[in-house]
Amino acid sequence: MTILKTEKLKKSFGGVHVARDIDFTLEKGEMHCLIGPNGAGKSSFFRLILGEHRPDGGKILFMDEDITDARSFARIRKGISVKFQVPGIFKALSVHQNLTIAFQNHLHGHDLEATIARVLDFVSLADVATEPAGALSHGQQQWLEIGMAVGVEPKLLLLDEPTAGMSPDETHKTGEMLHELNAQGITILAVEHDMAFVEQIASRVTVLHFGAIFAQGTVSDIIAHQGVAEIYLGGGHGG
Amino acid sequence: MTDISHEKSLVDSAPIARRSRARRWLSHLEGPQTFGSGIAFWTIFVLVVAAACAYPFFADGWTVGNAAYFLVWTFMAMGLSVIWGYAGALSFGQTAFFGLAGYAYGVLTINVGETYGFTFIALVIAVALAGVFAAVLGYFMFYGRIRGVFIGIVTLSVTLVFETFMAQTAGPQWAIGSARLNGFNGMTGMPPLTVPWFGGDIALWPDRPLYYVLLALTVIVYLGLRMLLNSRFGNVLVAIRENPERAEMLGYDIRLYQLLAFVVGGALAGLSGVLYTAWGQYITPNSMGLTAAALPVVWVAVGGRRDITATLIGTLLVLSLFQTLTIYGSQYALVAMGALLVLIVLLAPEGIVLGFANLVDRLTKRRGA
Repeated sequence: MTILKTEKLKKSFGGVHVARDIDFTLEKGEMHCLIGPNGAGKSSFFRLILGEHRPDGGKILFMDEDITDARSFARIRKGISVKFQVPGIFKALSVHQNLTIAFQNHLHGHDLEATIARVLDFVSLADVATEPAGALSHGQQQWLEIGMAVGVEPKLLLLDEPTAGMSPDETHKTGEMLHELNAQGITILAVEHDMAFVEQIASRVTVLHFGAIFAQGTVSDIIAHQGVAEIYLGGGHGG
Repeated sequence: MTDISHEKSLVDSAPIARRSRARRWLSHLEGPQTFGSGIAFWTIFVLVVAAACAYPFFADGWTVGNAAYFLVWTFMAMGLSVIWGYAGALSFGQTAFFGLAGYAYGVLTINVGETYGFTFIALVIAVALAGVFAAVLGYFMFYGRIRGVFIGIVTLSVTLVFETFMAQTAGPQWAIGSARLNGFNGMTGMPPLTVPWFGGDIALWPDRPLYYVLLALTVIVYLGLRMLLNSRFGNVLVAIRENPERAEMLGYDIRLYQLLAFVVGGALAGLSGVLYTAWGQYITPNSMGLTAAALPVVWVAVGGRRDITATLIGTLLVLSLFQTLTIYGSQYALVAMGALLVLIVLLAPEGIVLGFANLVDRLTKRRGA
């Protein structure tokens, strides 16, 4: 079943085309990575899906429903969740408050507290639940945001460079978390630069270049693709 | 076989049930969005309210009326705290709602009179008018994606336009029914709040009865706002203040929440406007001018805009300081207020009262650790 589909999606800023007729399909249950050199249009594609940018043309379908004109918050309510590249958390509020705000739209009372406890455990932040989120390490802040994004069991999780600034251990642990979430039925679409991480998590990879889909396939297909190596990997893949 | 389920228990569970009910009520008034919790805080709260109730017995009528004047402004300050401190949108024009409601009360009561408790009906209508105007203005601002400092500029412009308009209404053609708007001299002659009573209405002149009404209103609004700010609604407001993009990406229509906070703040400013007009039986365009618009920002910043208790205490402290300075220093009082705002912004951006409360909290916890 297709969970997300874009048809001829177009967007440009001035003369710069960040999306050129993108036809993209994401199947339910996939762990899909978007890669591409800087300026390829990955983040713009995310922002189009989230409704932060209005497309100049084309359609966005989520679960077969046209959401092209829906506002951002309405898309989130339909089951899309997002984790930004720079941790999008409420730094002055406690970890517990961050999770409360993230889940209170869907849960109340004991269910809310039980879910918060479960997510705190999942993202290994139970010991710092009362600390201000801004006092956490960078990796912990990333995990907190993943926790905020997944506690309400979204259908689709969008991750913009989820391991940016993480240590190798933290990156690996994040990969394990994502596998666990995927096993629970959450479809994942991630923008990522770290090819080792892409290899750890992705079942399929899409390469964007100058706002268009350049190549698509499994990780090994992409690594073996000569054109991809030339535009993105600089002649080889070093992880 | 005897069914014992209906027999009276040997242990009286009523006091336990009452205690847990009281705790449940208290839990609505406490939370991460407001300072103070637990039995110690509420004991102090009850003692302060009791002291405020006893105060008129130890002071003359004029002083009590003056204390009532201070209480008049607390509603506008608490409303600004909701908009600015909690929702993160600095409104520089709360006086527009203050003036609108004040003039509305004047027009209504001068035309209809004060019998059958109409002054209270006029109060409700005028506050609702301020709320509706805040809804219209807020709709264009928040749904028009006006953000940050531009909210302050738009709201300040609105209050200055109101002031300029009202200042040129001196001619006899500027009247609504029998209520003359009276230009820069302001509108006078409206009745005070009047309670219908057997054997004759009771007019609430600025003395003990008005003081008690205002004290009761202050307590009700304060507790009501504590409940609101610790509810899901309050959580969303602080989320918008901290990171609006994230709040929207959690599924909240942030425009709607900001608008609702703005309406609450506008209605409370309107309440202050009505009470001020009823207190002194006059209102002038000055009450919507630049100086008047700046003062609530000073009160709220000095106390601590991010906490409703700090705002309330800070407002009362600054108002009494301002009045003392006005008596002894005339126009220098305004210079002192400006200097106070600059000092607070530079040295204690979280506010004096909130900063002090947080310091005490930290010291208490350290000692307890």
